[in-house]
Amino acid sequence: MTAPDTLTPVLTATWADERSWTLDSYTASGGYEGLRRALTMSPDDVIAEVKDSGLRGRGGAGFPTGMKWGFIPQDNPKPKYLVVNADESEPGTCKDVPLMMASPHTLVEGVIISCFAIRAHTAFIYIRGEVLHVVRRVQAAVAEAYAAGHLGRDIHGSGFDLDVVVHAGAGAYICGEETALLEGLEGRRGQPRLRPPFPAVAGLYASPTVINNVESIASVPSIVRHGAAWFASMGTEKSKGFGIFSLSGHVTRPGQYEAPLGITLRELIGLAGGIREGHELKFWTPGGSSTPLLTAEHLDLPLDFEGMAAAGTMLGTRAIQLFDETTCVVRAVLRWTEFYKHESCGKCTPCREGTWWLVQTLAALERGQGSEADLDLLLDQCDNILGRSFCALGDGATSPITSSIRFFREEYLAHLTHGGCPFDAARSTAWAGQEALA
Amino acid sequence: MSDVEQRTDLVSVTIDGIQVSVPRDTLVIRAAEQVGVQIPRFCDHPLLAPVGACRQCLVDVPDAGNGRGFPKPQASCTLPVAEGMVVQTQATSEVADKAQQGVMEFLLVNHPLDCPVCDKGGECPLQNQAMSNGRGESRFAGSGSGGVKRTFPKPINLSPQVLLDRERCIVCQRCTRFAEEIPGDPFIALVERGAQQQIGIAEDAPFLSYFSGNTIQICPVGALTSESYRFRSRPFDLVSSPSVAEHDACGAAIRVDHRRGKVMRRLAGNDPEVNEEWITDKDRFAFTYATQPDRITYPRVRDRVEDGGDGSLRPASWPEAFAVAARGLAAAGACAVLPGGRVTAEDAYAYAKLARVSLGTNDVDFRARPLSAEEESFLAGHVVLTGPGDGGVTYADLERASSVVLVGLEPEEEAGTLFLRLRKASRRGLRVVSIAPFATRGLRKLSGTLVQTVPGREPGALRELLGHADHGIDSRAVVLLGERLATVPGAYTAAAELAARTGARLAWVPRRAGDRGALEAGCLPSLLPGGRPVADAAARVDAATSWGVESVPETPGRDADAIVAALLTGEVGGLVVGGVDPDDTADPDATRRAVEAARFVVALELRETEVTRAADVVFPVTPVVGKAGTFVTWEGRPRPFEAVLAEAGALPDLRVLSGIAEELARLGRGAPLGFRTVAEVRAEMAEIGPWDGERATFAPMSALDTPSTDDPLTTAGGAPGSVLATWKQLLDDGAMQAGDKHLAATARPAVARVPRTVLDALGPVVTLTGDRGSVTLPAEAADLPDGVVWVPTRSSGRGVLADLASPGARVTVKGAEL
Repeated sequence: MTAPDTLTPVLTATWADERSWTLDSYTASGGYEGLRRALTMSPDDVIAEVKDSGLRGRGGAGFPTGMKWGFIPQDNPKPKYLVVNADESEPGTCKDVPLMMASPHTLVEGVIISCFAIRAHTAFIYIRGEVLHVVRRVQAAVAEAYAAGHLGRDIHGSGFDLDVVVHAGAGAYICGEETALLEGLEGRRGQPRLRPPFPAVAGLYASPTVINNVESIASVPSIVRHGAAWFASMGTEKSKGFGIFSLSGHVTRPGQYEAPLGITLRELIGLAGGIREGHELKFWTPGGSSTPLLTAEHLDLPLDFEGMAAAGTMLGTRAIQLFDETTCVVRAVLRWTEFYKHESCGKCTPCREGTWWLVQTLAALERGQGSEADLDLLLDQCDNILGRSFCALGDGATSPITSSIRFFREEYLAHLTHGGCPFDAARSTAWAGQEALA
Repeated sequence: MSDVEQRTDLVSVTIDGIQVSVPRDTLVIRAAEQVGVQIPRFCDHPLLAPVGACRQCLVDVPDAGNGRGFPKPQASCTLPVAEGMVVQTQATSEVADKAQQGVMEFLLVNHPLDCPVCDKGGECPLQNQAMSNGRGESRFAGSGSGGVKRTFPKPINLSPQVLLDRERCIVCQRCTRFAEEIPGDPFIALVERGAQQQIGIAEDAPFLSYFSGNTIQICPVGALTSESYRFRSRPFDLVSSPSVAEHDACGAAIRVDHRRGKVMRRLAGNDPEVNEEWITDKDRFAFTYATQPDRITYPRVRDRVEDGGDGSLRPASWPEAFAVAARGLAAAGACAVLPGGRVTAEDAYAYAKLARVSLGTNDVDFRARPLSAEEESFLAGHVVLTGPGDGGVTYADLERASSVVLVGLEPEEEAGTLFLRLRKASRRGLRVVSIAPFATRGLRKLSGTLVQTVPGREPGALRELLGHADHGIDSRAVVLLGERLATVPGAYTAAAELAARTGARLAWVPRRAGDRGALEAGCLPSLLPGGRPVADAAARVDAATSWGVESVPETPGRDADAIVAALLTGEVGGLVVGGVDPDDTADPDATRRAVEAARFVVALELRETEVTRAADVVFPVTPVVGKAGTFVTWEGRPRPFEAVLAEAGALPDLRVLSGIAEELARLGRGAPLGFRTVAEVRAEMAEIGPWDGERATFAPMSALDTPSTDDPLTTAGGAPGSVLATWKQLLDDGAMQAGDKHLAATARPAVARVPRTVLDALGPVVTLTGDRGSVTLPAEAADLPDGVVWVPTRSSGRGVLADLASPGARVTVKGAEL
């Protein structure tokens, strides 16, 4: 293994433990100590600790978590809610599901501490409905937590009450958008809400609501347990702490690599045993398909919020999809665009109609039909979607297209001159070269 | 004071370089209208909550008022102004213009190019704004291998009346937002997603809202159409005339679109004081009654057997008919006048004057329904001569009221426009309390509180409101009294008492469009035009002087029930009758026999009825669409309108009556009316004006006459059976809904509502038997008190009054099979 000390396993530290998902296993490795510490603090001190740690939202946008909690108006007479966004659906993003499978109590403990901090007495964990096994595992963990007195009335004699509801989504990518998630949670059609009012003021059931990603909340126990300074000692100046980097695609050992923010892709690929044998990196997404893709020339950029923004992309969910030179970028982009077309909720015009049209133009290009002018048309369509749609889904749909044309314009044109895709799609598959000859 | 308030409430913004001050919270899209810039829009509607869905109204905001601009174009329909904000619309910003053109191009990607056959073509916001804010040529068709549009099977029915063409729909959500926000009928909703997103209904729940037609009108494309109007005409072939709806006492402004002398459709007019931009489906679709084949198109006179004829009605010239009518009335002895409740105020005035000046009687009563002397006294004492600015409750007052009490009134069924205003107010916190036998769906939509009351016990319920802390009846409260209270002795008395003790304001809400105008015009036995009490000598002199006659009759006249009785006894021999359906009256059988018993009947009608078939002279009268007139709303607000079409073959009631009066004068009976046209009547009404003397005082029912407030269920002498509750549904068997089968199919079915225990015991079909007959109807459970049943008044057979019993009477309920 190369440079194992660049990894900082915190969230993932116990994943390999025997029955790591059980309360016993979690407690044996120090679980729920953060909660015990938090219950000795004042809620405002917990918020301050999280603020001081510099933890930024791990769901993609990177909004400072402590600041978000601070927005909750404590003089509002309505109940306050914590909603955990576990609707992990972005292509390439696969960190929350393994976390909830391997260590659901890390999330549950985070939920309790977070609710204590924002003075919420009901929390909802909204889990993508397709991953039923995860729903069951988190449900089981919540039941264990109730049985152990971590949840319910007067938790460990602190006088703090908390109930946690595990909610299974109904199968729509848009419900990862926080206001659409709230609509879904309220039993309505999942479409994003008009803002303002912002959820911090009028979120779930028109009450003050904090919505955080699974990994953000799961990071809270370690911060409370080890202190803000411990957390802030990792990462870079403005992107503190650690994060799970999910490597997938043409890499020798795909998987979850927990490392300080600011690590480079070169280091991560090194940890993962390199690009698959005999091939070289062609392009990659830093944080899921909604983040503009990068190429091999960006291997040494720091993977933090600022570094990625400087390169014209976003850190996103650190869902790094790696593609080697066997992959047709037009094909990959078309597949992603089909996903966005399928998942566009329909509320606003640019996303609903734009994705419908983008797919047609891209599909024609992949078949070698159309003209060079269609590339500019694609860019113009994207320009008319980006920043014009109701929520970020439409924006995300344009990222792979604009970034791929920026870096691989010639490859698009090659489809036109070649009269179709010049790539052999089979060569990019995991089983390439292993085909049984009939 | 108010100047200062206004100033501090204003926000100054710069739009396209022009500074404008608008009230706080104004949306940018409407602030832009103030500087003359129309930002294109689809989902935006001033009466619906902002949604920001279509993204057509994007503008550039280089300064949000805090020195910083928005990095992305903003939807101007969801963005409130802020002090110092700078906005650049498509007029000055390339970014905004390109954003708008981009959205327009996207909207057209999946929109069919069927404008040439689309009903909306020519009045289509999408078509118009694609021209003003879109690119001339589509890039979709030329892109890639040629764009492929999403298609759907052509229209599907959302209801028997409303059709949806999903291909044309741009899912702006105006219709779904209307349905949920305005009438509270969310039968339509978004289903599916992405480009497949569409408006849908649940399988077993069609869009059966009384207000569904409004969605067609506000649809910014041709996605929603009505069975009635679909494919009938092109907007540019239509002539549009403003008018007033004739179906209830709400006075909704409408627009009548007609082509070559034929009404093609009706739309809601825009009157913020009255109906805002909404009308009921009845106001919208029920106009074909005027073109039914049974319309009377020429005068008819009866060749009476006693005069040697064969007893049949034959065509006659107008002059002959006038002369025959006059001779017959002159020879019939005492005469009475029943104008009905659907006449315009001008026509009502002619009826009132004919009675007094030509026929020498006060026997005139517009009430073609159950009535009472208490009601008449209440109308004379509390209602006539009130109006907006004159102590009358207005629509706007309902929004300012603390509570509204409904008694004998089911607004969704009986006054749809009023219902919508109540719902708007209730969504902003108005408390609605209904004194009724059960909580209707309409009441639930008003988030109202039911004061459950057995029919007949309303006076007691009104008294119990006094000091009821939860209902908060104070000087800011309004009590709306339905005309049905005439069947409840003591109800008006109790309402007047409540108002006197609390300062709450009263308003009377009749059902028919002409009722309130007829009251003002003097179509009551105790009131002359302008609220002049017959009993007041000065008022009589005033009226006589204005009319240039020596005197007007001083004996108080008979009300409609007494007229019927007098016709049966022969005390009254002649009858001038307008649009009266015997089955609507308190005793249909008696009314029917009275018409037959009368020595001479002159009928003024649109269409053949049993009254015209029994009459001696029949005059065809012009429907509302063909004449100018005025309806007076329940508020007392005059709603004048001009003729929409030129009608041949019929004359307005007032012209017919003046023709008869002239002939009567020739025979030495009375004087001519002195007018022949609507304009002349209007001038005369203006001249005679409202009575400025002492108005009639309400004579409360004495406690002796008022039934005990005890529950009639226990005091009715052990009479068997259930108490009958009934009112009319908005869409029923009414004569003025004839001819639109699609509209009729959206009516609520006739069902008997019974307590749950009764339904469980008797099964799904029941037979109700009263003193006038039996009706068999499907039964549904309602939260009725034990011993009360409800049936719609005119939704089956000849109606409740003719076929079953009087409201409040006892009926027996038995299980049955259909």
